[in-house]
Amino acid sequence: MKLKQLEGLLGNLDQFSAPKIELEQYPTGPHIASRMLYTAENSFEDVSDKVVADFGCGCGTLGIAAALLGADHVIGFDVDADSLEIAYLNAEDLELDVNFVQSDIRNLQCRGKIIDTVVMNPPFGTRNKGVDMDFLSVALKVASQAVYSLHKTTTREYVKKTALREYNAKSAEVLCELRYDVPKLYKFHKKKEVDIAVDLWRFVPTPTVESDV
Amino acid sequence: MRLLTHNMLSSTIKGVSNGFPLTIEAAKVVEKQVDMNSDFLKNIFSKIEWKPFVEAAKTLGFSELPEEDVQPSLLDSHEFLTKFHHALLEIHLEEGALVCPETGRKFPVNKGIPNMLLLEDEV
Repeated sequence: MKLKQLEGLLGNLDQFSAPKIELEQYPTGPHIASRMLYTAENSFEDVSDKVVADFGCGCGTLGIAAALLGADHVIGFDVDADSLEIAYLNAEDLELDVNFVQSDIRNLQCRGKIIDTVVMNPPFGTRNKGVDMDFLSVALKVASQAVYSLHKTTTREYVKKTALREYNAKSAEVLCELRYDVPKLYKFHKKKEVDIAVDLWRFVPTPTVESDV
Repeated sequence: MRLLTHNMLSSTIKGVSNGFPLTIEAAKVVEKQVDMNSDFLKNIFSKIEWKPFVEAAKTLGFSELPEEDVQPSLLDSHEFLTKFHHALLEIHLEEGALVCPETGRKFPVNKGIPNMLLLEDEV
């Protein structure tokens, strides 16, 4: 599938009808989502024929992108039932077989490193401090191959240091810097649209000898 | 929800030492056909906890998987691959519950989505 085609399909997905600020729900735009998954597939072969998990999937954009690019099994995890309902319908509209699980990522355990790749656009942790790093910590525990994630560019050094030293990542690399358009979704937003710089990261987890339950 | 998802989920309630595997209560099961990818099946085979997988498939009404002596050599058999594929990826738990093996706490499954959220005193 071509990049433009992928972006087009993702652009048609339904997004949050009533986003919840406490969960920092911002839609992952089709531009960023398509580039993220396209890079994962075409530069690193981390998507097709793989098990891919989407952490904090919201309306399912990243997971659906993975399914469109040939992932064999996709699981979207989110804490919010309303988002999962939209995600479920988005996948169904495209006739994609995607599993969804309602769960708090911070309490999640996934046995046996069955998941190859985690893709995520975590809450940036502006409202709920540290939640983005909690997501990353769990992602690096459950993935066997790679973790793709978006983090604010202002946190670059911190993310790198924490991933390598505390979460035992084998490597942590910024693939590119992107502009994340945050549309005016919430009342506290004064400007019509804000553009923030985010890094697209690729982390490689350290392989474990024995899988734990 | 596919049985592949079931094979990796566990109960993480505070105090539970082994929350895997979750027992299945099935109220509605659906089947959705997907193309078979032999390479994918061969790769994932060694990561599957076989006994819980066979039990789960039985609960959902599919009892054609071998229970014992499951060797990787089976993967050369097209017949085995077809059954493995079907049980792993085509049978879905649509309505029902997943039950914590230690506490009996039920995690409801609606529209194929298990609700694994924990209550405050379970974290």
